[in-house]
Amino acid sequence: MDMTRNYFELFDLEPGFEVDQALLSERYRALQKQWHPDRFAHLSERERRLAVQYTAHINEALATLKSPLRRAQYLLLLAGRDTHGESGAQLDPLFLMQQMELRERLADASEHVDPEAELDALREQADSGLRNLLDEFVSLFSKQDLDGAEKTVRKLQFVTKLQKEIELLEDRLLDD
Amino acid sequence: MALLQIAEPGQSVAPHERKLAVGIDLGTTNSLAATVRSGEAQTLADVHGEHLLPSVAYYAEDGSVEIGDAAMRHAAEDPYNTIISVKRLMGRGVEDVLSFGDELPYRFAPGEGGMPYIETQAGPRSPVQVSADILRALRVRAEQSLDGELTGAVITVPAYFDDAQRQATKDAARLAGLHVLRLLNEPTAAAVAYGLDQGEEGVIAIYDLGGGTFDISVLRLSRGVFEVLATGGDSALGGDDFDYALARWMLKESGIELEPNAQQARYLTTLARCVKEQLSAEPAVEVVLELDGQSRNLTISREQFDQVIEPLVKKTLRACRRALKDAGVGADEVREVVMVGGSTRVPLVRARVGELFGREPHIEIDPDRVVAIGAALQADVLAGNKPDSEMLLLDVIPLSLGLETMGGLVEKVIHRNTAIPVARGQEFTTYQDGQTAMAIHVVQGERELVADCRSLARFVLRGIPPMAAGAAKIRVTFQIDADGLLSVSAQELSTGIESSIQVKPSYGLTDNEIAGMLKDSFSHAEEDMAARALREQQVEAGRLVDALEAAMAQDGELLDEREAAELSAAIVELKEVATGTDAAAIEAGVQLLAKLSDEFAARRMDKGIQRALQGHRVDELGKELK
Repeated sequence: MDMTRNYFELFDLEPGFEVDQALLSERYRALQKQWHPDRFAHLSERERRLAVQYTAHINEALATLKSPLRRAQYLLLLAGRDTHGESGAQLDPLFLMQQMELRERLADASEHVDPEAELDALREQADSGLRNLLDEFVSLFSKQDLDGAEKTVRKLQFVTKLQKEIELLEDRLLDD
Repeated sequence: MALLQIAEPGQSVAPHERKLAVGIDLGTTNSLAATVRSGEAQTLADVHGEHLLPSVAYYAEDGSVEIGDAAMRHAAEDPYNTIISVKRLMGRGVEDVLSFGDELPYRFAPGEGGMPYIETQAGPRSPVQVSADILRALRVRAEQSLDGELTGAVITVPAYFDDAQRQATKDAARLAGLHVLRLLNEPTAAAVAYGLDQGEEGVIAIYDLGGGTFDISVLRLSRGVFEVLATGGDSALGGDDFDYALARWMLKESGIELEPNAQQARYLTTLARCVKEQLSAEPAVEVVLELDGQSRNLTISREQFDQVIEPLVKKTLRACRRALKDAGVGADEVREVVMVGGSTRVPLVRARVGELFGREPHIEIDPDRVVAIGAALQADVLAGNKPDSEMLLLDVIPLSLGLETMGGLVEKVIHRNTAIPVARGQEFTTYQDGQTAMAIHVVQGERELVADCRSLARFVLRGIPPMAAGAAKIRVTFQIDADGLLSVSAQELSTGIESSIQVKPSYGLTDNEIAGMLKDSFSHAEEDMAARALREQQVEAGRLVDALEAAMAQDGELLDEREAAELSAAIVELKEVATGTDAAAIEAGVQLLAKLSDEFAARRMDKGIQRALQGHRVDELGKELK
């Protein structure tokens, strides 16, 4: 299996931000049927080891194309922009202010009179922020404005992290 | 269809070539084995016709072991030497075990690496050894009833087992002389048994409440593929906890004031269990409680019992909601809910699960046997008995894996519910000028603080060249195989210095301990070990030769003449060596031939993927047009 091919090629999909998730899922299962280590269970160690590597690659590809943020990052990576590490890119101050504000509200959420309603409101904001940013990414990327698209991805990272923190807090409130 | 399979699609394996493989459900309360015979999976009975083997071991003074019902008879009068529910201790450290409280009436002695050893009159026994004794009893049963040596076994584990618990289970199987084809998650096994039987397609949920563990798995079934979307649970919550809670409540109700000793505690929980079981069928139960020379009549109604266990049931429902969220499906999208595990007989459990999913859960399958049946079906496929099987199980890791970073925080590398196998790397850097070593601490769990997660392993990457803080780039790679077992490697990128470990849980057995125990378990240790090693190598050689010959017959055109001649010569040579008795020579021969045929294997895999993509594209398009 040629692991140097990009993830879109691996699943035989049109490269781009829009991915037909049902089709991705179908192709994923077809590939797994071919390469999963269980298909090689009664064979030698070598085939099994190769199969583990191959399926790990397929799983990584699936995880990447499934998540909007990771997909956007991957598209940029294919265009020569690595957004996984630290960056000196300046984000616009207004956006950062909003993020700070949301974070402060999250920090205080468990003390709120109605923590669940507050969390719902926060999640609503985070979700709509995410949707807007994704639209922004699609539009910038299609214009090949890679600098702009990269900044949008940085913002997406902020919002995704916020979503995760909201979830963690929700879990913790549920467990108490 | 796999690439190097021996039989062509549609061609079944001749009966005399069938490999004997079993599925084993190693449960907290009961264990059992199943196998596929004449195309049908069935559980295996002992000589008395009993299928369920109580997961109980009794260690006698003379060092002999009794397993199952025979051991159970000692439970009440000799609690220290009768080990029950040992599954709860698997992969746990002494501290975890002590924190379980008075409910486990054992005396513990810490072993190497902090693993708890249970003091018995036959000497200290680790949970892994006790589990191995149970597995060995099942292996013997299977070999007797199938009349032959087993090729391998699929052993089931709770989906929510962490890496340490999985590793402990695999070690126990090795110790019992079983070749583990796969560790399979219990709810996935149940889904296989249920899904294949019903020809179900779409999203289903498996609610598995056993004696000591709880799992919820959400799966998508599609043309033979069982894809786990998310899993959740609690590896220390089960019917036993209902018993303990009810036992405490009954003691309080009785008005008898005492701190129960080991024997009294065992008596109380046994009584509670009887009450629980009767309450599944009846609205109220009367019992006589006899403790400390006093006797009390108690009536326990189902409402009272429900109140006692309500908090525990609620805990399971929270895990269900979380799993649904992780799977990205709503409760209304779940087509069927399947109940597995003896504790799902409790009416309150059925009612609450029904409410959550808005549908009646399936209870018509035997909750005690379905897991072993599913494991047997998988074992049959993995042993190579069903070359044309479409069945494939795709699983996930239940708990996030991460590394300790500054300030005792966890940096997650692989999130829970990621499909396995998976490999993922993350880069870290040094935090001090001139730092030449880095401690790597691998943890598993969802919390942000290391202290709240389970510590899996620690190792040190040394030899980092002295650089300014933040200049070194260390890439830590996690790899998880299809069994859900983890290995970790770390590499300094500028120098390529590398360090890696197969994660041995902090509370597991060392390889030396296992080797020693394996040796002890054979009466004529040396000869048996040697015979076994020889047989294993011969099997491995036969497997490789068979596969290669079939591959060359099928895809010979991928080799040029010289390559084909070379391979054929090497095959002849290995066949010759394999008839001898030198295990080491056979092993060397296998390695040599494997290396020689590497390139051929890779070419065939390439050819296969093209065939797969082309072939599947056609039927996928067809499906979408419908």
